[in-house]
Amino acid sequence: MKAQSSAMIEAGAAIVLRNVNHWFGDGEARKQVLFDIDLAIARGKLTVLVGASGSGKTTLLTLMGCLRRVQDGSIALLGTELRGATEELLVSSRRRLGFIFQAHNLHDSLTAMQNVRMGLEVHGAEAMRDWRDAAAHVLTTLGLGDRLDYLPAKLSGGQKQRVAVARALIGNPDIVFADEPTAALDKDSAALVVGMLKRLGTERGTTTLMVTHDTRIIERADCIVALQDGRIVDGSAVG
Amino acid sequence: MSGLLEAIFERLTGRLPIGWLQLAHNKMRLAAALAGVAFADILILIQLGFLGALIESTKFPYRQMNADILLSSSDMNTLADSNPLPRQRMYEALAVPGVSAATPLYYGRIDWKQADGTIRTLDTFGLDPTQLAFKTPGINAALDLLKLSDVALIDSRTRNVAKSVFTDIDAGKALSFEARGRTLSVAGTFVIGGGMTTDGYLIVSDQTFLKLFPQRVAGAPNHILLRLEPGADRDAVTAELRERIPQYDTVARSLETAMAKDTAFQTTQKPVGVIFGFGVVIGIMVGCIIVYQVLSTDVADHIREYATFKAIGYPQSFFLGIVFEEAFILAVFGFVPAVIITTGLYAIIAAATGLPLDMTVARAIGVLLGTIAMCALSGAVATRRLAKANPADLF
Ligand SMILES: Nc1ncnc2c1ncn2[C@@H]1O[C@H](COP(=O)(O)OP(=O)(O)OP(=O)(O)O)[C@@H](O)[C@H]1O
Ligand SMILES: [Mg+2]
Repeated sequence: MKAQSSAMIEAGAAIVLRNVNHWFGDGEARKQVLFDIDLAIARGKLTVLVGASGSGKTTLLTLMGCLRRVQDGSIALLGTELRGATEELLVSSRRRLGFIFQAHNLHDSLTAMQNVRMGLEVHGAEAMRDWRDAAAHVLTTLGLGDRLDYLPAKLSGGQKQRVAVARALIGNPDIVFADEPTAALDKDSAALVVGMLKRLGTERGTTTLMVTHDTRIIERADCIVALQDGRIVDGSAVG
Repeated sequence: MSGLLEAIFERLTGRLPIGWLQLAHNKMRLAAALAGVAFADILILIQLGFLGALIESTKFPYRQMNADILLSSSDMNTLADSNPLPRQRMYEALAVPGVSAATPLYYGRIDWKQADGTIRTLDTFGLDPTQLAFKTPGINAALDLLKLSDVALIDSRTRNVAKSVFTDIDAGKALSFEARGRTLSVAGTFVIGGGMTTDGYLIVSDQTFLKLFPQRVAGAPNHILLRLEPGADRDAVTAELRERIPQYDTVARSLETAMAKDTAFQTTQKPVGVIFGFGVVIGIMVGCIIVYQVLSTDVADHIREYATFKAIGYPQSFFLGIVFEEAFILAVFGFVPAVIITTGLYAIIAAATGLPLDMTVARAIGVLLGTIAMCALSGAVATRRLAKANPADLF
């Protein structure tokens, strides 16, 4: 019975982790930060990762996001095994993902439009047709319709973060990874962004995995995964 | 303007000209980088200009010689340092099938003292006025005058001499000056042009030459000029000459070969040539260091942005593209002002020294390509810093 239910979850899973362990450092300084992680992230859902500082949330996120190499265990991302993957495979896998960082990380020489464009250009010439319309549309949806040609230096912190969200979403990613993205956002903006991610989940099946402490977002999550000292203590679905 | 260039770049490459946008964003750094590249290019172009002038001026007298083959002393390096060789070689050469004429050429150096006490050094050729040793119209028109004792013809391009001196001579007012204890009467002018080792040229008859240089003898000229019969195979005749003429004192070479050997010696063995070559190397090094500094600082300043692009899924080639784009921009936009400034400097130096400094298309293109290569090389080294862009550090 139990085996069957976990198989069902995995059928609808965007990411499946099996026995993932992770260490930092070498020799004496070597320290294990993730222990036997077994996890399935549901497709099209907003999953929130919670846990105390240092519990391993970011490490887990970067492993799933192909930003770190899997040391032990297995991670299947959209059906692709990441353990032992080549650099090329990791890079091409990342093109199916969207990243929203804590810092906006916008390029200060590029306008809002151009920064957003960078999320599309990576997909090649085909994707670049009508990029102006697409970029303007996402930015407008995020309330930046009158800031399209502004350089980051001319934008507020919240506006910059919304440009970064637009950059992550314009390429229609299958999975969005966000690490405390709302830190720089005001309440309304945070609600706008979360609403948009949830809508993308229902409309396009976009999966979102977010690290946050923000209770208003946790309330709206489909699933919550809690980490404690590198172990999953609660992987329950909500609602 | 830059908007148009950006649009063209996008059209060609399908991507944003991020390198350009980055450079343009930091105007101070861009200006400093372009000034640095321009400075290096000016340095290189000036040195190449001098090197070119050295080569060009070395060729001047050869180009005027009415000869197919030149016999010189076997240890000759430059036109001026050929030791006297036996005139007997001339008769031996004339016996070789295909050789139609031969004439000896004597070389010496004369100091022409000016009214203000300064000296013009004149490379002086003594020639047989019954033969056409040179093609120079000014010389050949005055061969009969040269037959008179102590008559000379002077190079009207002689450095640092008022033009009026030569126009007066051409107008029939013979110029006299004391040299080597004799009074030379300059009765005409011709055009050759001075170089790094001489201010100009003087032509006298062989008889006058031997009076000016009493230690020299008619039986031992410095060079022997040979002309070939029409249709004769120069290489075959040269080979035959080498067979027949003793190699221990004489070398037979086509005029072009002799000229090429001379310029090669001047540019690689003589200190001036080596110094100019070294100047070019210094210029390249300065350029490389400046461009490396600018590009590696630029990469370091954008390491977070690059890490973000890596996270988004851009491959390594994308980042190399940005750095090379910047290198190319620095090369081209640094080169353009350099070539304009150097053309002006060439004109100033040429006016001051009489040296043949010209901005040739070949040199300009060569330096442009070299600058692009130099910048690309520096860019390639600067891209090593890209490895520091680790997207995992962004979270
Ligand atoms: N690059 C690294 N090198 C060595 N140790 C690291 C590195 N990154 C993280 N760690 C350690 O791994 C553990 C987990 O860190 P991680 O950043 O994943 O925690 P977190 O849950 O994201 O914390 P926070 O809420 O503060 O962001 C911590 O003990 C941290 O010190
Ligand atoms: Mg963290």
